[in-house]
Amino acid sequence: MSRHRCPVCDFVYDEASGAPREGFPAGTPWSGVPDDWPCPDCGVREKADFEELTA
Amino acid sequence: MADSTGIPEPDWRDPKRYYWLLGLFIPAFPFIAWGLVAATGQGLFWWTGIVLLYVVFPVIDQLIGKDADNPPKSALAWLERDRYYRWCTYLYLPLQYAGLVLGCWLLTRGGLGTADRIGLTVTLGGVAGIGINTAHELGHKKERLERRLSKVALAQTLYGHFFIEHNRGHHVRVATPEDPASARLGESFWRFLPRTVYGSLRSAWGLERRRLERRGKSPWSLRNDVLNAWAMSLVLFGALVAAFGIEVLPYLLAQAVFGFSLLEVINYTEHYGLLRARTPSGRYERCAPRHSWNSNNVASNVFLYHLQRHSDHHANPTRRYQALRHCDEAPELPTGYAGMIVLAYFPPLWRRVMDHRVRAHYDGDLTRANVHPGKRDRYGVTA
Repeated sequence: MSRHRCPVCDFVYDEASGAPREGFPAGTPWSGVPDDWPCPDCGVREKADFEELTA
Repeated sequence: MADSTGIPEPDWRDPKRYYWLLGLFIPAFPFIAWGLVAATGQGLFWWTGIVLLYVVFPVIDQLIGKDADNPPKSALAWLERDRYYRWCTYLYLPLQYAGLVLGCWLLTRGGLGTADRIGLTVTLGGVAGIGINTAHELGHKKERLERRLSKVALAQTLYGHFFIEHNRGHHVRVATPEDPASARLGESFWRFLPRTVYGSLRSAWGLERRRLERRGKSPWSLRNDVLNAWAMSLVLFGALVAAFGIEVLPYLLAQAVFGFSLLEVINYTEHYGLLRARTPSGRYERCAPRHSWNSNNVASNVFLYHLQRHSDHHANPTRRYQALRHCDEAPELPTGYAGMIVLAYFPPLWRRVMDHRVRAHYDGDLTRANVHPGKRDRYGVTA
C-alpha cells in the first residue's frame, strides 16, 4: 500500500483509504487514478507531480 | 509563549491585523445607505455602495499607495493558526444577509421611487459581488465549516458553482486558452463576460458529472455540489419571496447578475494576456508568479483579503489571506483592482493602460502571450 503526497498543499493519497468522495474507494491503487486528476485540495498539481512517501 | 498547537509566537507584530476588520465595511453598505438617506432626505444615497466601490475606493487606493511588506517566513504558521483572522471573514456573512433582508424590506415596503430602487439594488449587488471574494477565501480552505460557509456566501448571487469551478477548474488551467476565467490580450471585458459566465458554468457541471460518474452515481442528485449549492439559492430566494411577495424577485435577480458580473470583472484583471508555456512533454508549465497580475495597493488589499497578492495565492491556494506574500517577480498593476475594474468597463482605456504592459512583460514577443484568436493580426501575432 503506497502513499503519495501533493507537493504544494500536503494532501496525501493513501491507497488504503482511497479518496471515496473523488470516486476512488478505499483500496484503489495509485495506478487506478487517472493521470490528469488534480489535487482535490489545491488544484495546482496533478497526479504526475505527486511524490511517493516512503514508510 | 506557544499556543496549544505548540507553534511559538513570533517576535513580530502584524501591522495589518486590525485593518482586516475594515472588510466588514462593505456588507454594511445597505445600512449606511439607509442611514444617509434618512439623515439627508436625498434618494441619491441609495447608490452609496456603487459610488464607494467605483469612485471612492479607487481614489483612496491612489492616496494610500502601495505596501510590499511581507510577514517573515517564521511567522506564517502562527498567522495561519490565529483564529481571529477567520472570524474577520466569517462575520461578513451575517452582515451580508441582514443587509439583503433590509434591502428586500425597503424595496417592497419602503415607498421608494424607481431610481431609488435601482440604486439600492446595485448597492445590494455590490455587497453580494464582493461576497464572492469572501466565499473565495473560505472555499479554498481544507476545513469543512469554511467550505460550507463559502456556499452560503454564494447563494445570494446564484453562483454556487463558482466554488467547484474556481478550485478544480480555474486553478488547474489558469493562464491558458482553455480557462474561461483567464482573459486574453485584446479581449474586451464585454466579450469576456459571457465567455467566462457560460464557460465556468459548463466546466463546473462537467467536473461534478465526472466525479459522480467515477462513483457510479447520476449527476442529478443533491450529492452534486453544483445542484446542492443552487438549491441553497432556491431556498433563499423562495424564503424572501414568501416574506416580501413576488414583486421582490426581479430585484433579487438583478442584484445577483450585478454581483456576479462584479466578480467577473475582477477575474478579468487577474490574468489578462498572461500565458503559461508548454513544456516539451506537452503539458503546461507549472503556474508561476509571472502568470498573475498583482497589486500592492493597501486599500484594495484590505477590502479584498489580499486577493491582489494573486501570484502567491496561485502558488499556495490553501494559504490563508493574512499570510499571503508579495513577490518581486510578479507583474504589478498600475493601481489596485478597485481602479482597474473601472478601466475594464471602457475597453479602449483598458487597452491603452494594459496592452503595453503585457508587451513589456514578454519583452516585446507577444507570441508568448495569451492573445484573443480574433485579434492576432492586430497584435502582429501569426498563428
